[in-house]
Amino acid sequence: MTGEYFTDYTAVLVATIAGAVMVLSGFLAAMVVSPRARSAMKDIPYECGVVPFPGRGWTQTHIRYYLFAILFLVFDVEAVFLFPWAVIFLGPEVASAVFYEMLVFMGILFFGLIYAWKKGVLEWR
Amino acid sequence: MTLKTEPIIVNIGPQHPSTHGVFRLRILFDGEVIHDVEPVFGYLHRGSEKLAEERTYTQIVTLTDRLDYLAAMSNNLSYCLSVEKLMGIEAPERAKYIRTIMAELMRISSHLMGLGFFLQDLGAFATPLMYMFREREKIMDLFEMASGARITYTYMRPGGVNDDLPPEFMPALRKFADEMPGYIDEYERLLRENEILITRTKGVGVLPRDLAINGSLSGPALRASGVPWDLRKADPYEVYSRVQFDLPVGQIGDNYDRFLVRLEEMRQSLRIVRQCMQQMPAGPFRADLPMLLRPPKGDAYAHVEGPKGELGFYLVSDGSISPYRCAIRAPSFINLSLLKEMLVGWKIADMITIVGSLDFNMGEVDR
Amino acid sequence: MAVSALATGCQPPGFFDGQNLWHEWVVNFFPRIGDSICRGMGGHADGGPPNWLIYLVLGFLGSLIVVNIAALGVPFVVLLERKLLGRFQNRIGPNRVGPFGLLQPVADALKLMTKEDITPAAADKIVFALAPLAFAIPIILMFAPIPWADHASLANLDIGILWVIAVTTAAEAGIFMAGWSSNNKYSLFGAMRAVALLVSYEIPLVLSLLGVVLLAGTLNLSEIVLDQRFAPNILWQPLGFFVFIIAVSAELNRAPFDQLEAESELVSGFHTEYSGMKWAMVQLGEYAALIGFSAIIATLFLSGWKGPLWIPGYIWLVTKMAFILCAFIWVRATIPRMRIDQIMAFGWKFLLPLSIINIFATAAEVIAFPDALPYWLIPINIAFAGACVVGMAKLLGFQPKTRKIVIPGRPVIGDDTPGRIVPLMRGGN
Repeated sequence: MTGEYFTDYTAVLVATIAGAVMVLSGFLAAMVVSPRARSAMKDIPYECGVVPFPGRGWTQTHIRYYLFAILFLVFDVEAVFLFPWAVIFLGPEVASAVFYEMLVFMGILFFGLIYAWKKGVLEWR
Repeated sequence: MTLKTEPIIVNIGPQHPSTHGVFRLRILFDGEVIHDVEPVFGYLHRGSEKLAEERTYTQIVTLTDRLDYLAAMSNNLSYCLSVEKLMGIEAPERAKYIRTIMAELMRISSHLMGLGFFLQDLGAFATPLMYMFREREKIMDLFEMASGARITYTYMRPGGVNDDLPPEFMPALRKFADEMPGYIDEYERLLRENEILITRTKGVGVLPRDLAINGSLSGPALRASGVPWDLRKADPYEVYSRVQFDLPVGQIGDNYDRFLVRLEEMRQSLRIVRQCMQQMPAGPFRADLPMLLRPPKGDAYAHVEGPKGELGFYLVSDGSISPYRCAIRAPSFINLSLLKEMLVGWKIADMITIVGSLDFNMGEVDR
Repeated sequence: MAVSALATGCQPPGFFDGQNLWHEWVVNFFPRIGDSICRGMGGHADGGPPNWLIYLVLGFLGSLIVVNIAALGVPFVVLLERKLLGRFQNRIGPNRVGPFGLLQPVADALKLMTKEDITPAAADKIVFALAPLAFAIPIILMFAPIPWADHASLANLDIGILWVIAVTTAAEAGIFMAGWSSNNKYSLFGAMRAVALLVSYEIPLVLSLLGVVLLAGTLNLSEIVLDQRFAPNILWQPLGFFVFIIAVSAELNRAPFDQLEAESELVSGFHTEYSGMKWAMVQLGEYAALIGFSAIIATLFLSGWKGPLWIPGYIWLVTKMAFILCAFIWVRATIPRMRIDQIMAFGWKFLLPLSIINIFATAAEVIAFPDALPYWLIPINIAFAGACVVGMAKLLGFQPKTRKIVIPGRPVIGDDTPGRIVPLMRGGN
């Protein structure tokens, strides 16, 4: 029943709004009570009590971090395929062939992991 | 697979949760890896050496307390030995034993702090540190009995110590000496084979033997690199020639060796304390000296094996009541001279642990 | 008409078996309240208000409860953590404000509220202000599908597990926003580590849950709890539990995986620049996630609100959560932090293969015993999990290697304490 299916999400929507209201009301209360005394020295970024070394904080960052993000993308998409498989696994019409199919799928991805391992992507240099 | 990016310069310190005092490192990072290091000193400079020229020889003892404030007794001892050498006098036997006991207790206390903060730098959320504070507290109680103070003792005087040990001191010390090995065993049991501690310290921050000697390092940092050099053995002062103790020495000079050497040195210090307790004679605790010391013209250098390394005072006298020149060989400062060689190539997290494992004290570095 | 059979709304007539017995009311407190409100609004009568209106009202009340669990539970957990950490560290912990320091959270909240809210001049101000929102709100949403007792979840989502994973992953975007927008080098390191570390541990986290899904055949959290009526999943899924609890502590930035805010390296990491109420919200998000994940662990692996005794389900769940929270605090007080490359290697080379092994072992078990797993599988499962963990660790060379300290000099010396001999050469390496 699609109607009921969506009514469950009404509560979720309300919870979103309630959460936002809670956070924003916290901000609002703080805005009312908290003191404000701005100064140029206070507004510089914290760098252990000294003026930051000239240059932006937003420099290029090492690509090492993104390699993991890309690997994550591969494996998380895999997980998306795995969840429906896991749900229907117990179903009556599912034969054990499904198990072996997923074995092949996971095997390919596992070899992907081993490839990345051998390539040295998992080592941090 | 090598990848290059725009490097980034970050200040670690002077206000950083894990700098030991107000110490600043300007570090060039590429990713997380350190490419260049520039230590910046001087935030805690109080001009102790210059201040000493304006004070009488007895008053300077208070200045030495504030050098390495975690090892004030050792500083007192080094200074007093220097003045005694300058004047050509010697402390009475009992005073020598008292001073040895105090110096060794101070070493235990300082190593406890060093290990505790080293583990804190590793990210063990204050738990080992608080355990070690527990034992340090007992040492500070002992010092309080003897001197009345807990951090800056000013207990020793040229020619002896300020006051004799109170009657309750020796039983308390005996109790401490009996309990402490169990606590050291506890640290060792809890920490020595901890998987994360091993992965974080083993092979990290290796200081080769030759480099350590060339950098004129001293103390546990040098001994961890495999050099059996200890002034207590090499140039015995006070009563160290009459007690038996061993020199723990590391193998390759990484963080783990520095950790283990400190752990073992505490045991050896306890051995010295126990032997001193047995051998300690009765008698005067201070040589009969005038209030205002006027050493003859000349100069003298005396050094002790402080908890952090060779701590020496060089005094030049012009015959007046205050020294013409007082120079301090601060082990913490000299131990930091190889910082760049040790840090380059390691990551942020390793940098913190390597700096922590050197166990320096900014009060002494900046003087 | 009857709005739903499972959620906290109107229940069909005869749904509650005991008639107004007090213990029946205590046990079914939440569904009873929901049912009463629903009936009060005329939900059962024909021509009553439309379903969405009833749901709006009930959802609003439920949201109030859930938001308050986050907003009031967090200060309590912070106090608990500080008290326990104090005990672990030979200290007393907070005891100045109120009896036993119980009012400490109130004092903290007031202090944070009256602190100046500083935005660095160089920061990306919009993203900087949005980041706490983007971090805290998904964490609150994470509580939606958690069944606090029988028929007592805010939203009985059929995709419960996926929902939890999805919203907690969305919160990671908030972490990255906070770190990046601060224009601070420490924060930037924290944000970048978030990109690498949090997403890496997302994979073992997701994959270790597949075993639970395979056993239950559903993603619905309420049904997963009902499915554990014979034995909690931790017995069927010890390996999955092991991987999940480690991955969760990484997701929560808890020690030893708190690289994002490693205070001995990055000052405070991604929230270095935050102060006042914004910092409070970041902190609220972190600790609410801790509470939420404790509830998820209790639900998925420790049979949730079900317990052997006739005690209301919500009390069981809270008890189990308290155990898990204390375990997390214990770990934080005990274990040093790992380095970023070691953490990544641990996640990708150790946890990920283990979680894949777990999926296949579970699938094979389910194929072999399609109806119900026999009890004699439990010791086999635990032994298998132990063997996998130890074997994998051996394979990767994680075994502890200690080193002896050499004392050069004479061959053997005796300590002066009688009865204890210290050998001089304390072994080789």
